[in-house]
Amino acid sequence: MNIVVLLKAVPVVGTERLGPDLITDRSVQLEANGNDEYLLEKALKLTETHGGEVTVLTVGPAGATEALRKALAMGAARAVHVADDAIRGSDTRATIEIMTAALRKLSFDLAFVGADTSDGQGGVVGAAVAVKLGLPYLSYASEIEPAESGVRIHRITTTGYDVLEAPTPAVVMGTQLLGAPRYPSLRGIMQARSKPVDGWTLADLGIAAESVGAGSSTTRALDFSKPPERAGATFIREPADAAVAQVVDFLAARRLI
Amino acid sequence: MAEIWAVGEIADGQPTKLTLELATLARRLAAASGSEARTLVVGAEAQAAAESVRPYGNVLAVATESSLGARPVASVVAPRVAALITERQPSFLLVGATNDGKDVAGMLVGLTDLPILVNGAAVEWVGEAPRVEMSTFGGKLVTHSTFTGNRGIVVVRAGSVTAEAAASPGQLEVETLGAASELAAVKVVGSVTEAGAAAPIEEARIIVGGGRGVGSPDGFRMIEDLAHALGGAVGATRAVVDAGWISYSQQIGQTGKIVKPALYVACGISGAIQHKVGVQTAGTIVAINRDPDAPIGEFADLFVVGDVFEVVPRLTEAVKASKAAG
Repeated sequence: MNIVVLLKAVPVVGTERLGPDLITDRSVQLEANGNDEYLLEKALKLTETHGGEVTVLTVGPAGATEALRKALAMGAARAVHVADDAIRGSDTRATIEIMTAALRKLSFDLAFVGADTSDGQGGVVGAAVAVKLGLPYLSYASEIEPAESGVRIHRITTTGYDVLEAPTPAVVMGTQLLGAPRYPSLRGIMQARSKPVDGWTLADLGIAAESVGAGSSTTRALDFSKPPERAGATFIREPADAAVAQVVDFLAARRLI
Repeated sequence: MAEIWAVGEIADGQPTKLTLELATLARRLAAASGSEARTLVVGAEAQAAAESVRPYGNVLAVATESSLGARPVASVVAPRVAALITERQPSFLLVGATNDGKDVAGMLVGLTDLPILVNGAAVEWVGEAPRVEMSTFGGKLVTHSTFTGNRGIVVVRAGSVTAEAAASPGQLEVETLGAASELAAVKVVGSVTEAGAAAPIEEARIIVGGGRGVGSPDGFRMIEDLAHALGGAVGATRAVVDAGWISYSQQIGQTGKIVKPALYVACGISGAIQHKVGVQTAGTIVAINRDPDAPIGEFADLFVVGDVFEVVPRLTEAVKASKAAG
């Protein structure tokens, strides 16, 4: 079972900022998007049990290399890094076009995507890419396993989960419930140095530079501001009974009880 | 001007609360842009659900064969909405930011190549297109974005507007689409209800959250009791979900759910940035924590410095007494 994991390199959580053109500044230190690492871990476990290899695929600036190196150190066999100056500022549509083109060049049984990214995407890219590739899309997985017919997942619901099956190749979007990612071992870090990182450009994907990037964007950031500060907390330091009475009065005054 | 559509969702035969919010929002955007609004409901129970949407505006019900019940909802809804988009050319579509809604939105982009903006917390008509407010980078920034053209999809979170009925009920239209070109097959082969599944937090008006400070899975009993007394749902931090104390469906935060209740009571929760992201837009936040320096103090309205095991059960009793006294 060969698995491609789509991994986004995002600014380290807490350090994100916008550039003067209102595009996310990705010249800061980048790390693998937290949600994507759960999928990488699951992909590694599946290939360890059932054979096959894991390829990590990222679209992003030069700074994404570190996240790819870490993925290789964790156990991925190979990395593909789509990088091109023209990509900067791409909208969701262009991102989908690039991802789709890159996946077309790879051979896989399963392509994994995370539920969303910490720097602002809303978990729609996986579904769009699957549709463009004409592949089954299985989402919100808490469990992924091979099945006779292809792949079987548990899709989380408000009351439990549904069991979904589809033939492969398929695109699977997964969640944190797949399990915490491992730390790279020292041996893994050493081995990662000799693993291939393929650099692909837009030309390699057959995509015209004008069709992606800020210039082609179908959406536009208008402005940004700091969210209004909350007024600040009133502290109650009295014993429990007195404190509770004050809370009840407070809630009643706000018509919350 | 082309119509503005809301794409609804059906749960237990009825439109979800978010569907009525989207219908309300579509109506407002249509009024501001001089066009018509319409809400689409797709499914085997579409017609019955559509009746409940009518007070909120025009409805287009697309009935589907029950045999499609073995497919995931989004894979049934998306190709049918896409076919209607091609046929009727609406300008903008609103889709709810639920799991199914995001799947539908992504599939629609794949099928129609329409532009998309996600995570909308508020949507207004400005100039020629919707202006979408989003909370960005874990709530550090509020950004506004819009479309460069006159068509697109906006994924909208719960609570962007309060659902309000229209001055007069809308028209109900029933569409029977021919065979839609179905998406690659995914089958639902089973459905498992987990014991003790908690009330969903997405649309809850009141949420009581528990963190490490509640000590153990048993500690969540008092959280449940308080939630029950307040008529709310139980939420949790990632740490306690990872520890297996409560199910992932209740997790609030960056890798969990973003919620916007009128009241959030945070019990034994320190308020790490990843959790803050999920709940900072709550109307009122009450924190109960032993540590007065816990970061949750920076975004709570009321902070009870005390032991959750002493405060929470007493608060539950006091709330019950207050409600009984009416």
